Amino acid sequence: MLALATTASERSDLNLRPGVTDISQQVYSLHMMMFFICVVIAVIVFGLMFYSMIRHRKSKGAKPANFHDNVKVEIAWTVVPFLILIGMAVPAANTLIAMEDVSKPDLTVLVTGSQWKWHYKYMDNDVEFFSIMATQQEQIQNKFTKGENYLLEVDRPLVIPTGQKVRFLITSDDVIHSWWVPDFAVKKDANPGFINEAWTNVNEPGVYRGQCAELCGKDHGFMPIVVIAKDPADYEAWIVEQEAIARRAAEEEQRLLAMSMSMEELMATGKRVHDSVCAACHMPNGEGLPGVFPAIKGSQIALEDQEAHIDIIVYGRAGTAMQSFARQLTMSEIAAVVTYQRNAWNNNTGDMVQAKDVNAIMNGN
Amino acid sequence: MSTVTDTANTPATDDAHGHDDHHHHIPKGLMRWLLTTNHKDIGTLYLWFAFIMFLVGGAMAMVIRAELFQPGLQIVEPNFFNQMTTVHGLIMVFGAVMPAFTGLANWLVPMMIGAPDMALPRMNNWSFWILPFAFLILLSSLFVEGGGPAFGWTFYAPLSTTYSGDSTALFVFSVHIMGISSIMGAINVIVTIFNMRAPGMTYMKMPLFVWTWLITAFLLIAVMPVLAGVVTMVLTDKYFGTSFFDAAGGGDPVLFQHIFWFFGHPEVYIMILPAFGIISHIVPTFSRKKLFGYASMVYATASIALLSFIVWAHHMFTTGMPVIAELFFMIATMIIAVPTGVKVFNWVATMWRGSISFEVPMLFAIAFIILFTVGGLSGLMLAIVPVDFQYHDTYFVVAHFHYVLVTGAIFSIMAAVYYWLPKWTGRMFDITLAKWHFWCSLISVNVLFFPMHFVGLAGMPRRIPDYALQFADFNKWISIGGFAFGLSQLIFLALVIKACRKKGEKVSSQVWDGAEGLEWEIPSPAPYHTFDTPPVVK
Repeated sequence: MLALATTASERSDLNLRPGVTDISQQVYSLHMMMFFICVVIAVIVFGLMFYSMIRHRKSKGAKPANFHDNVKVEIAWTVVPFLILIGMAVPAANTLIAMEDVSKPDLTVLVTGSQWKWHYKYMDNDVEFFSIMATQQEQIQNKFTKGENYLLEVDRPLVIPTGQKVRFLITSDDVIHSWWVPDFAVKKDANPGFINEAWTNVNEPGVYRGQCAELCGKDHGFMPIVVIAKDPADYEAWIVEQEAIARRAAEEEQRLLAMSMSMEELMATGKRVHDSVCAACHMPNGEGLPGVFPAIKGSQIALEDQEAHIDIIVYGRAGTAMQSFARQLTMSEIAAVVTYQRNAWNNNTGDMVQAKDVNAIMNGN
Repeated sequence: MSTVTDTANTPATDDAHGHDDHHHHIPKGLMRWLLTTNHKDIGTLYLWFAFIMFLVGGAMAMVIRAELFQPGLQIVEPNFFNQMTTVHGLIMVFGAVMPAFTGLANWLVPMMIGAPDMALPRMNNWSFWILPFAFLILLSSLFVEGGGPAFGWTFYAPLSTTYSGDSTALFVFSVHIMGISSIMGAINVIVTIFNMRAPGMTYMKMPLFVWTWLITAFLLIAVMPVLAGVVTMVLTDKYFGTSFFDAAGGGDPVLFQHIFWFFGHPEVYIMILPAFGIISHIVPTFSRKKLFGYASMVYATASIALLSFIVWAHHMFTTGMPVIAELFFMIATMIIAVPTGVKVFNWVATMWRGSISFEVPMLFAIAFIILFTVGGLSGLMLAIVPVDFQYHDTYFVVAHFHYVLVTGAIFSIMAAVYYWLPKWTGRMFDITLAKWHFWCSLISVNVLFFPMHFVGLAGMPRRIPDYALQFADFNKWISIGGFAFGLSQLIFLALVIKACRKKGEKVSSQVWDGAEGLEWEIPSPAPYHTFDTPPVVK
């Protein structure tokens, strides 16, 4: 059985994959053990049944026997399955207890699901980012050829070190999602308002792909997970670089506060932000999905109150699917997208919003 | 189960004419069906309703499979896809399988226990006639702005509360009506069985279909109110500012799942226990041998029903619960394999050294035993928590529950229709068509559901409108199997229509030469009123 486990292909189209952690390989062995026991049971039961169907047919002149009870046989086929079940439960319990032991992590990542993206925050470093599906809409709409990692690619993958115990704290900002990477045998629900724990310790560097596993609304199928496992040294270099990038971005943000962007710049950036972030619900044409997601085109908020428009993007609206984008977008991006939404699709207000206007609402100055 | 009637007391229809003529007048036209309190009419209504809903829910499955035929979005938008998976599930569970079993109970329970009708005939009429309205409401919700429910038939909060469309109110209202209908049906079955058995029909002489339905009825009464409770909590969370499932107000979204599955797991057995009863009638008839282990069948059914109340959280292993709870629910779930195994072994032992013939009901019964066992074994695999983490919410689960519900519950319903249809119509159905129906269904259903195991293990999540390229080949085959299975059911439709038009050879009262039980001692077709004077069971 174990021999089979190791010779099985890495990424089978037919079977569970053994994965790249000790735990995932234990899970795979358990799966194969269960599978073989089930096959043996099926062969015996169906074998007896088919034997009976072939040998005891009326057309072959079979005369029915008279028995309809046999206490010994009935006790046997109650007790024997019970013993088989105990044989299954013991290794399963051992693996389970190991899987649920989240103590003594080397590193902790906070994983937050929201409609329809993941956010990763490294608790031990000053690094956090959103991870959004990178597959183009044109591929989904069958206009472009589908790439090799169709629907399983993101703009910014999670990066973790190999050979270290990485603990995941998993939660959600809106509905229930489920963070699943098959190669790690980790699947844990992201429940809004609660934090779940899981962990992994990856043996081999590589790129590992998964998907959201709990129905979370319209784009549930478009919420992939990509994890890159790097050697600890490479990981250290990466995290230091990310911290530097984050620092520079914060400085850039401050610098932009003092500057004004032109209408062309605002509209170009705004369109990019709208199409990649807002369009999932409000659609690229700003018309939304009637009855589900409101239109921006011709809406009161986009035509009249500019502060309310910035406010809803910065803080979201409680009790609706409209989430806060303050963490996902920079102030200049918010300024650009507000400008875009107030001027695109015949919303011709002529309004221009600058980063400092957003800053005024976010920070009250 | 040796039920021998005292022929002197059996109310033959011809001698009943003399003293009770008005009683035997069968009303005609639409009002007959609207106002009927006759268990056979109501049974027929339930069965036709279930069949229509089966075709409607099936049409939605065709939309799902058409979209999944190829990677990419071709036919429907993701939001509509989610409505299809949701309403498909709701219709098949509450509109097809449950009403079909209630229809069979209406037709058969009084005939099997020697009762003249159900104990509460007017409530019986009411419990059927509210159902079409429940489903009209549900289906009409697909046409309101924003579309129908799109949160899965399990309607997990907060997707079904804060984040759902306005049709949620219609969904909640229709589920309430379905629940009321089920509870009334269950009360009727229990009262009938407790009070209206023929003299001499002791509990341990009752046919197994009656036993399994009695236990099912108790499950219904226990859990349908829980469903009513949870949909009401969804309603108040969404519209009236409560926070049962909202952490911001002190609630917990996982609480929803606990309540839902406390209903949901017994619900699974509500949909399979009557099937066990049906198979326990058909296998002995065509093996020409008594059912092996009658008493252990009864005890196994009761144990499964009791265990069904302590396994609900095996649907929720990934929600994050303490290890000790995971171990408890894993072991409790595994134990269910024991009484379920006893049933399968009993059926095989019944066939063993019998004199077996393969009439159409027997073909469906044998397919049931094998394919239900396949679904049972994958269920055992799903019970193992560490591997469930990998299987959970993938197509492996979809394969599992379609094996137990389609080739389990629905095959048993078809077996039952073929077995008792000649009794209902007095004519043998078209056997050639029936065999076409069986073989087409058997092959296509396996092309449809078996590869789902593979794509699930390879990592395809359920409820997605589009998938990665590695799943494309199998999904194409799954869709082809789905279309073929859908079309095969039209053969069944043609056959049933033909049978209702009284085409075909007349049958004897016993119909099948190995059949035993009170229903086979009344004429075929079964008269409008049977057992006006109770038979005596020795």
